[in-house]
Amino acid sequence: MEQATTLEHTEDVYEPSLTPDSLGKLGMWIFLIGDTMSFGALLAVYAALRAGAGALGWVPPSEILGINLTAGMTFLLICSSVTMVKALESIQKGNVSRMCTFLGLTILGGVIFLGLQAYEWTHLIKHGLTLTGIPEHGLSGDTISGSTLFGPTFYTITGFHGLHVTGGVIYLAVILINGLRGRYTADFHHEVEIVGLYWHFVDLIWIMVFTFIYLL
Amino acid sequence: MAQNGHKEHPKYMYIFLWLAILTAIEIGVAIPEYSVVLKAILLIGLACGKAFLVAAYFMHLKLEKRTLAVIVITPFLICVFLVIMLMPDLTNDSRLDEVAPAAESADTNAH
Repeated sequence: MEQATTLEHTEDVYEPSLTPDSLGKLGMWIFLIGDTMSFGALLAVYAALRAGAGALGWVPPSEILGINLTAGMTFLLICSSVTMVKALESIQKGNVSRMCTFLGLTILGGVIFLGLQAYEWTHLIKHGLTLTGIPEHGLSGDTISGSTLFGPTFYTITGFHGLHVTGGVIYLAVILINGLRGRYTADFHHEVEIVGLYWHFVDLIWIMVFTFIYLL
Repeated sequence: MAQNGHKEHPKYMYIFLWLAILTAIEIGVAIPEYSVVLKAILLIGLACGKAFLVAAYFMHLKLEKRTLAVIVITPFLICVFLVIMLMPDLTNDSRLDEVAPAAESADTNAH
């Protein structure tokens, strides 16, 4: 009974320390931290499987994956990150139409990225990189052999990232529609900032995926 | 918040340039063939540099309270720990020679 009164008392004086703005931002950060662990685990497993391929060997990824196209995709994501910060900057100054333009460009970057990834996947599948096998010949024309685990790990990691880009494009489209409807102003724009956090994170993850899967 | 945005304005293109330059360096480092360990150190270092630029400037982590940066860095440290924990188990050479044929037969069974 005594405890109950104490609780009641605490409830009376308790004031939420998170404002609607900071709550959304904190929520996104928490999600991103969890997502970091997902990607971290995937990349760690990739590294472990590669290191543990033993006598089977691991085909150098450069023999299977073309770097030029993905370097372009990396550059594209960096550009879309820049248009994203520009969109946020515009709405912070109260310029709604400029924000919408930059959000549109960011979405365009994401869509082109997905198109290039679909192109790359189709190309790789045709060349024999599947969930159960690797191509017989490398890009240099030599016969290659190695652990068949390259395919499933490659498609899982790049696919999981592609799924994030897809989600990001939808998320950005929702924010753009809200923006076009006049929801955001110089004083109310935390939703734009939050979608930005997500989008930059997707870019950041690609930087890691590009390094670990394509370049190493 | 808005003030920070204004202050930051000229920096974004600067960060973009750095990211593009670092990407170009990464590709330059990746293509020639030399010591795998050195290549891995260089590439991971460059990737971390790029990740830092994105997180600190684009995600405004540098402008947030320091506590948030400490919280955000934690999963990265855990991931590094994860890799370190997995490695010795799988890169033990003497054991691999025994494991590899078994893995190969398991693979043929799967087909």
